[in-house]
Amino acid sequence: MSSDVIIIGGGLMGASTALQLAMRGCRCIVLEKDSPGRHSSGVSAGGLRQLNRDPAEIPLTVEAAKMWRNIEALLDSDCDARFPGQLRIAENAADMEKLERRAALVRSLGYQHEEMIDRDELYRLVPALSPHCVGGLICREDGYARPYHALTAFRRKAQAQGAEFRSDTKVHSLRKKSGAWHVRTSQGIFNAPILVNCAGAWAKAIAGMLDEPVPLTPKALMLMVTERLPHFVDPVMGAASRKLSFKQMQNGTLIIGGALLAKLDFAREKTEIDWLRLTESAATVLRFFPQLKNVRIVRAWAGIEAFMPDNIPVISASQTCSNAYHAFGFSAHGFQLSPVIGRILSELILDGRSTLPIEPCHIGRFNNMEKQ
Amino acid sequence: MFKQLPADETEIIGIVFNGKALQAPKGISVAAAILSRNPDHTRTTPVTGSKRLPFCMMGVCYECLMVIDGQANRRACATYVEEGMRIETQLGVGPALALEGGGSE
Amino acid sequence: MNNHYQLLVIGGGPAGLAAATTAAERGVTCALLDEQPTPGGQIYRAIEAIPEQRAKLLGPEYLRGRKLVNEFRQSAAEYFPETQVWSIDKEHQAGLLHNHQAHFITADQIIIASGAMERPVPFPGWTLPGVMQAGAGQILFKSAGIVPDNGVVLAGSGPLLLLLAWQYLHAGVEIRVLLDVTPFANHLQALPELPRALLAYRYLSKGIAYQLELKRAGIPIMFGVSDLTAEGNERLQRVRFSHAGKRKSIVSELLLTHFGVIPHIWLTQAAGCKHRWDNSQQCWRPELDDWGNTDIEGILVAGDGAGIYGARAAEHAGRLAGLQVLSALNVISRQERDQLSRKDRKRLHEERHIRPFLEAYFHLPDNLLATPGNDTIVCRCEEVTAGQIREAVAAGHENSNQVKFFTRCGMGPCQGRQCANAVAHIVADARGKSVAETGLFRGRPPVSPLTLGQLAQLPKKGTA
Repeated sequence: MSSDVIIIGGGLMGASTALQLAMRGCRCIVLEKDSPGRHSSGVSAGGLRQLNRDPAEIPLTVEAAKMWRNIEALLDSDCDARFPGQLRIAENAADMEKLERRAALVRSLGYQHEEMIDRDELYRLVPALSPHCVGGLICREDGYARPYHALTAFRRKAQAQGAEFRSDTKVHSLRKKSGAWHVRTSQGIFNAPILVNCAGAWAKAIAGMLDEPVPLTPKALMLMVTERLPHFVDPVMGAASRKLSFKQMQNGTLIIGGALLAKLDFAREKTEIDWLRLTESAATVLRFFPQLKNVRIVRAWAGIEAFMPDNIPVISASQTCSNAYHAFGFSAHGFQLSPVIGRILSELILDGRSTLPIEPCHIGRFNNMEKQ
Repeated sequence: MFKQLPADETEIIGIVFNGKALQAPKGISVAAAILSRNPDHTRTTPVTGSKRLPFCMMGVCYECLMVIDGQANRRACATYVEEGMRIETQLGVGPALALEGGGSE
Repeated sequence: MNNHYQLLVIGGGPAGLAAATTAAERGVTCALLDEQPTPGGQIYRAIEAIPEQRAKLLGPEYLRGRKLVNEFRQSAAEYFPETQVWSIDKEHQAGLLHNHQAHFITADQIIIASGAMERPVPFPGWTLPGVMQAGAGQILFKSAGIVPDNGVVLAGSGPLLLLLAWQYLHAGVEIRVLLDVTPFANHLQALPELPRALLAYRYLSKGIAYQLELKRAGIPIMFGVSDLTAEGNERLQRVRFSHAGKRKSIVSELLLTHFGVIPHIWLTQAAGCKHRWDNSQQCWRPELDDWGNTDIEGILVAGDGAGIYGARAAEHAGRLAGLQVLSALNVISRQERDQLSRKDRKRLHEERHIRPFLEAYFHLPDNLLATPGNDTIVCRCEEVTAGQIREAVAAGHENSNQVKFFTRCGMGPCQGRQCANAVAHIVADARGKSVAETGLFRGRPPVSPLTLGQLAQLPKKGTA
């Protein structure tokens, strides 16, 4: 089976890359070891967040935000995207100072999307909030979408443009023979001149097949969701000095995260909820919204995701092999970037360079680290 | 739809259903106590607002969600009547949450 | 309640009661947790407090529960009623709700005796007020003495339907009609299993006796019924069905349905135990050895939660699991375990004689399980129809879990307990695959909901 490009990994980044390449006339085949979105892409919290990104990601996140505003034109689906803003709450003067320094940094880089708000504006936006808070930092253009719906939309549109997706197709080995990649999988051999590694938490193994070690750590972050509730809050919320991610979806359920790790058995691809850790998330939520005390948690889960030591992704051509590319290690905040990542990779592959600055995401930044 | 067979010497307690005082045998589930009064429905669904009554009576189906002592989404089949218990039909997602100041007075 | 027990038994039905009694008799510290306010499980529900007259109406099999409950009450096992288990893991830690407070307790050994639930089979109108499961009717009868007032239609397949009809008959309930949807072809399919089933003649003779009594009482029973539909404006008014080549209907405000029972596997799933699809019982069940051990050391399953064999078999399996726990805890030797288990193992074996026949006789047709009508609601919580599930499959969502992600089917408060099997059947049917391949929803904890307040009040642990 041959094509122009083989993409390993059927998650958001793989599907977005397939779509952008297919729109430019490339024949792509996406190899997915399970089913699309089985791990982090399918179970992400779905935040569309520019707020509080690493400076290296700001140009990318700002471009991605423009694409999300117009996502229906790209994907023929709105992915249930909503833009009520994302907010970091300050509980005291030290928090305010921290957020002000952050706002100043963003302004100094020439961006205007992060904005300080005072107590009055905070309570105008979130009247339900416990009265002890003092202000916050907001990005009013931010919001959320439904990750599995977005993934499905990327996949369906890519398929409509000719891309092929193969589930249950696990890559066993990679070999380059007379200028083409030979990918041996559980479902036979696939050939293409170009290879893209979008394998998420399994990207380290794929990079290893290219003799390219990377310091990627698989981790599983826990999320929980409540029963449907009457509408009571709009923006997506975090806190300046607490682990919290909190939002009410259109259907009334609350999605609660807090960067807390599940127990992970990576070899068996199994996660187990660590309830004693989740108590912290519950306590944090109740600190801000005591009225939620009797609200029931109906589901908790954890998705396996790739984390890099500096928490920014690898988006780069391979250093060891020509015609091989990487996009992985989004460290649990890749969802918002997904539309722009496909475009960047299509540019790298077809034009030899990206129109957005991706130098900080180069795979070579770990060279010294790996040698040590 | 249902009736209660005459019982021997069962202790009777008082409960309140949708503001109306009722009597119920001690020890039975809220769902049983309410069903014996042949209500039109015990909840409406959050998605389409359609009417529902308890379905499995054994804690599995979550059809019998009601507002009990002010708390929404309680399984009436797995909650047992107590003296003075307030039971209400649950409409959709249930009563509004406090919309101001974290619910404090 | 202590933080640790040598044995934790979850479920107060025959299997759990027998297991806890067996272990506690030998001095093992044992806690039995149960959702109900009194011991007995669904089968012997309310057995301790039931008025004598009502107990008689329920029949001799029900009264068997008394001895079991008495023995348990006399044992040193600690009993925690109205207690929900919301998590369980392979390290033998169980999260539970007792007196509205969340706790964690650990145990050296855990026996899950979660029992069975009614097999949910979606059909048009099954969400209307006035349509309930037959088990619900029986629970109302046992626990509260509540029976249908203005006539009832019973429909479905399986021994419980006949038993309930017999119990209602004696309680003076007007049974308008009993609609048996068991396909005629099953009679032939079950024939080869009949000789072995005759060894368990007690069951067969009882079933025949019930039928004769219903007939004598003039209760119409229709066999080979199909296309069951509940109709009405905002509540049940009519039951429509096909019988003998004709579409018929009967007016009723109450319809109780029964399509057999399946193991309640939500706890074994949460623990991470291995399960398999059983084609004969048409359900998923945990994989066990002869003693009830799952693939996770120290976690056992006894009773109908392991596969459907009935109340008497559950009692024997409970004792076997109890003996296995005693041996694992070095309270008795393996030789003692083997010796002490002989009688129960023999009885268990006898109880199982009837099953292949019953399973073949009451085997439900795939087209019924795969919800033929596209407008029929499959997920009662999120109100997702069979048609929406088929559309999702057509859009490339290839297994039950993908369908769940896309449609929210199974994401409501019941956690997919009512739709998991139907979704697996629909996806399998649409893709020409087996149910085993299209798969079961992955278990997502908590097994039963707990509140943010209850979770927050648990002891904290160091953060990530």
